[in-house]
Amino acid sequence: MSTHAAAGAIDHHHDHTTTTGIPNKKLFMWAFLASDCMFFGALISTHLIYRLHPTPNQPDILGLFSLELTSFSTFILLMSSLLMALAVNTCQKGKVGATRKMLLGTIVFGLIFLACQVYEFSHFVHAKGLTLNSSMFGSTFYTLTGTHGCHVAIGVLWLVLMYIRTFKPADGSPWILKSVIHLLVFAVVTVASIKALLGGVHAIQDHGATAEAFSTLLHHELPALIATAVGLIALVVLARPSKAVEFGEANAVDVESMGLYWHFVDIVWIVIFTVVYLLEYL
Amino acid sequence: MSAQSQTQSAGHAGHAAAPVEKRSWLLTRPTAKTGIISWLTTVDHKKIGLLYGMSALFFFLVGGFEALLIRLQLAVPNNTLISHQLYNELFTMHATTMIFLAVMPLSAAFFNYMMPLQIGARDVAFPRLNGFAFWVFLVGAIVLNIGWFVKSGAPDAGWFGYAPLTSTAYSNQFAKDMSTDLWVMGLQILGVSSVVGSLNFIVTIINMRAPGMTMMRLPVFTWMTLITAFLIILSFPAITIALVELMMDRSFGTSFFDVSNGGLPILWQHLFWIFGHPEVYILILPAMGIVSEILPTFARKPLFGYPIIVFSGATIGFLGFGVWSHHMFTTGMGTVATAAFSLLTMAIAVPTGVKMFNWIGTLWGGTLRMTTPMMFALGFLWMFMMGGFSGVMHSAAPADAQQQDSYFVVAHFHYVLIGGSVFALLAGIQYWFPLIFGRKVSEAWGKTSFWVIFAGFNITFFPMHFLGLNGMPRRTAVYDGNMGWNEANMIATIGALILGVGVAIYFCVMVYTYFKGEKTTHDEWGARTLEWTVPSTPPPEHNFDVIPTVHARDAFWYEKTHVEQTAKDKAASALAEQSHGGIHMPSQSWFPLVAAIGLLIGAIFFVNHIMIGAIAGGVVMFLGVYLWAAEGPGGYHIHLDDKNSKKH
Repeated sequence: MSTHAAAGAIDHHHDHTTTTGIPNKKLFMWAFLASDCMFFGALISTHLIYRLHPTPNQPDILGLFSLELTSFSTFILLMSSLLMALAVNTCQKGKVGATRKMLLGTIVFGLIFLACQVYEFSHFVHAKGLTLNSSMFGSTFYTLTGTHGCHVAIGVLWLVLMYIRTFKPADGSPWILKSVIHLLVFAVVTVASIKALLGGVHAIQDHGATAEAFSTLLHHELPALIATAVGLIALVVLARPSKAVEFGEANAVDVESMGLYWHFVDIVWIVIFTVVYLLEYL
Repeated sequence: MSAQSQTQSAGHAGHAAAPVEKRSWLLTRPTAKTGIISWLTTVDHKKIGLLYGMSALFFFLVGGFEALLIRLQLAVPNNTLISHQLYNELFTMHATTMIFLAVMPLSAAFFNYMMPLQIGARDVAFPRLNGFAFWVFLVGAIVLNIGWFVKSGAPDAGWFGYAPLTSTAYSNQFAKDMSTDLWVMGLQILGVSSVVGSLNFIVTIINMRAPGMTMMRLPVFTWMTLITAFLIILSFPAITIALVELMMDRSFGTSFFDVSNGGLPILWQHLFWIFGHPEVYILILPAMGIVSEILPTFARKPLFGYPIIVFSGATIGFLGFGVWSHHMFTTGMGTVATAAFSLLTMAIAVPTGVKMFNWIGTLWGGTLRMTTPMMFALGFLWMFMMGGFSGVMHSAAPADAQQQDSYFVVAHFHYVLIGGSVFALLAGIQYWFPLIFGRKVSEAWGKTSFWVIFAGFNITFFPMHFLGLNGMPRRTAVYDGNMGWNEANMIATIGALILGVGVAIYFCVMVYTYFKGEKTTHDEWGARTLEWTVPSTPPPEHNFDVIPTVHARDAFWYEKTHVEQTAKDKAASALAEQSHGGIHMPSQSWFPLVAAIGLLIGAIFFVNHIMIGAIAGGVVMFLGVYLWAAEGPGGYHIHLDDKNSKKH
C-alpha cells in the first residue's frame, strides 16, 4: 500500500502504523467474514437437516429447478468477482477511470444475478407453487437463498456508494446533493432495469425469441424501458467529473476490503449452489 | 482550542500543510468537549466506556428489582403477591436483563475504557463504530423493555425462548403476542451491537498495540477481551439465525419449529445453545481477566504462570463451542452424543482449574493487601470455585437428568454468574475507580458493602442447592406448603433482601465517592499495567502524552524500575509524533447516533407490523450510514507544546 504519496485520504493514525502492518479495514473484514461463516453455516445446516428429515408436502424438487438459469447466474457472479479483483488492481495502480468501469461492471453483474434470483423466486411462487410456507423445503430454500440475495444486494449498494465516492472532488467543493441524486438515479435504474429484464424473460418464455415477444415487451414494459434509458443517460451525465477527485491509490484498501466481502459472498454462493441445487441431482 | 490544533479536514489526518476544506453544513463535525452534545457525539473510548457502564449499572438495578419481586413471590407457599403471567415476564426479563443489559455491557464498559489504555493506544481502531455499538446496544435495551409500558406485556417465554413456547400457537395462549416479537427484535439488535463492538476490539488489540507490546506481553484482561470478542463474533450468528427463523415462523407463516409441519423444536435448542454456551464464557472470561489484574497488584507479585493463564483462557473459549448439548441431556440425544458432550464438559473444568491454581499461586507467598477490590476478587475465587464444583456435577449426564430444571441449577449458575462475573465486575469498578474518576472509595465503606453483598448472596443462593436436591422446580410461581421447601425459601428471600441492601450500599458509596471522595494520585495501588501511566486521573482525551514503549510483560513495573531507559524511549516517541504533526485524535460525529435512532424507529414499527414506519426507520438509518461514510474518518491534532490545546 502506498502511504505518503497521496496525502489525500490516508488516515495516518489508523492505517500505516498498525502493529501487524495489515490495514485495520482489512483485518476488520476478515474478522467479520469469520462471523459470517458461522451465520451461513447455521443457515445451511438448517437446510440440510430438514432436507434429510422427511417433512410433509415435500415438492418435486428436481422438477422445480432450472439448472441452466442458476448455472448462468452462478457464472455471472463468478465473473463479477473477476471484475472486482480488477477494480482492486486498477485502484492500486491509481487508475481511477478504470476502477470506475470495473466497479460499474461488478455492479451490473451483481444486478444480473439479483434479477435472476428475483425471476427464479417469482417463477417458483407463481408457476411452481413453492412458497415460503407451502413446505419445509420452501421455508429453508427461500430463507437460505434469500439471505444470500440480501448479502449480494448489500454488496451492490456498497459498490454503488464506492462508485459515487470516486467522484468526490479533491478541493472539497459541495457534492453531497449531487451524490444523493446520483444514488436516487441508480435506484431508479436498478428497479426499472430488473423489471424490464424480467418482462423480457417472460415475453420470451411466452412467445419464444420472436418479434411478437419484442412487441409484448414494448407494450408491457415501456415505462420501465424508458426509465432505464433516461436513468442511464442521467448516470452518464452525473458521472462526468468536472474537477480533480480525491479518490486514488490511497483508497485501494477500501476497495480491497469491499472486494473481500464480494468474493466471500461469491464463495458462499458456490457452497449454496452445491448444497441446495447440485446435491439434488446425485 | 486553537485553529491549528483543530484543523478539520475530511479524510486528512494529514500534515499541517493540508488545505482547509469547505464543507457542507451537514458534514460539520461537532467539537463540544463538555455537555450533552459531547456525550451524544462522542467517539472517545473512555466516554463510551462510561456510557456503557452507566447503562449497565442502571439495568443491573432493574434486573435486581425484578429478582427481588421473584424472591418475594416465593417467600411463602401459595403466595398471591403477583400473577403467574407477571411472574413469567419477571423471570424472563430478569435473566435477559442481567445477561445482555447488565453483565455483558459492564464487561464492554471495561473493554472500552481499559483495553486501549492497557495496550498503549489512543483510541480503538474504529471510533465512530464504537459509538454506534453503544447506541445500538441502548436501542436493543429499549426494545426489550418496551413491553413493561404497553398493553402487550414484557417478553415471557424464558431467556432461552424455547420453541414452541415462543410460537404463535402457544404465545396466543401463554404469551401475549407482541411480547415474544419484542424479545426477538431486541436480541437481534443487541447481537448487532455486540458483534460490531467485538470486531472493533479484535482489530484494536491485534493492530494498535504500542511499540514492544507483543501478544505475550498483553495484560491478561486485554487477552480475555480478545478471546471474549472472538467468542462473540463466532457464537452470535447462531442465535441470529435461530431468531430469524423464529421471526419467520411468527410473522411469515413458516414452520421451522412447528412439529405439525415437520419442524424440529430441538433445532431451536441446538442453535440457541451453540450460542448460549459460549455466552457463559463471554460473561465469565472478562471477569477472569479483571481478577488476573487485581490479584498480582495486591499480592505485590507478578501473575503466576502468565502464559498458562492465557492459554487456558483460549482453551476455555475453544472448548466452550463443543459443549452446548450439555444443556440438552434430557432431550434424548442418544447415548453417544450424551457421553461425548458429558466428557467435553468435564474437560472444560481442567483449564478453569488451572486458572484457579494460578491465582492461588499468585497469592502464595505474596504480601497481600486486603483492600476492597482485593476482597471482591477473593470473593470471586471462592464462590466461582463453588459454582464450578456444582458445574462438574451437572456435567455428569445421569446426575444432570435429576438436577435438570431444579433449583440446584439456579444455585449453580448464580454462583458462577453473581459469585463469579458480578463479584469480579464490582471488584473492577473499585479497582479502577481512582483511575476513572480520580477519587478513591473509602476502605471502610467499600468493605462494608462487600461483606453485606457477600453475606446476602450466600444466604440467598446456598439454600437453593438443597431446594433443588429436594425437587423444587425452576420457573414456578407457587409451591405447596407441605413440600418441605418453606424454610429454605424464606431464608433465600431474606438473603435476597440483604443482597439488595448490600448493592444499595455499594451504589450509595460510589455516588458519594464520585462527588466527595478522597482525591488520589495517578498510581493509586502501585499497579503494573499501562493504564496507570496516564498523565492524570481522570485520563486526558489523548490518553498518553507520549505513546509508551514496552519492554516487559508488566510494562509499568518495568518503567518504575528502569526510569532512564523509559525517559529515553519517551523522548524518541515524542519526536516521532511531532514529525507526524502532533497527536492525532478522531473527530466526533453525529451519525452513529442518527443511524441507531433509525434502527430504533424501524424496529418499533416492525414489531407492530406497520411496514411504512419500518421503512421510514430504515431510510433514517441509511441516511445516517451514508452521511457517516461521506464525512470520512476525519480527525485533528493536539500539540502538547501548544498552550491552548494543553487545556484538555
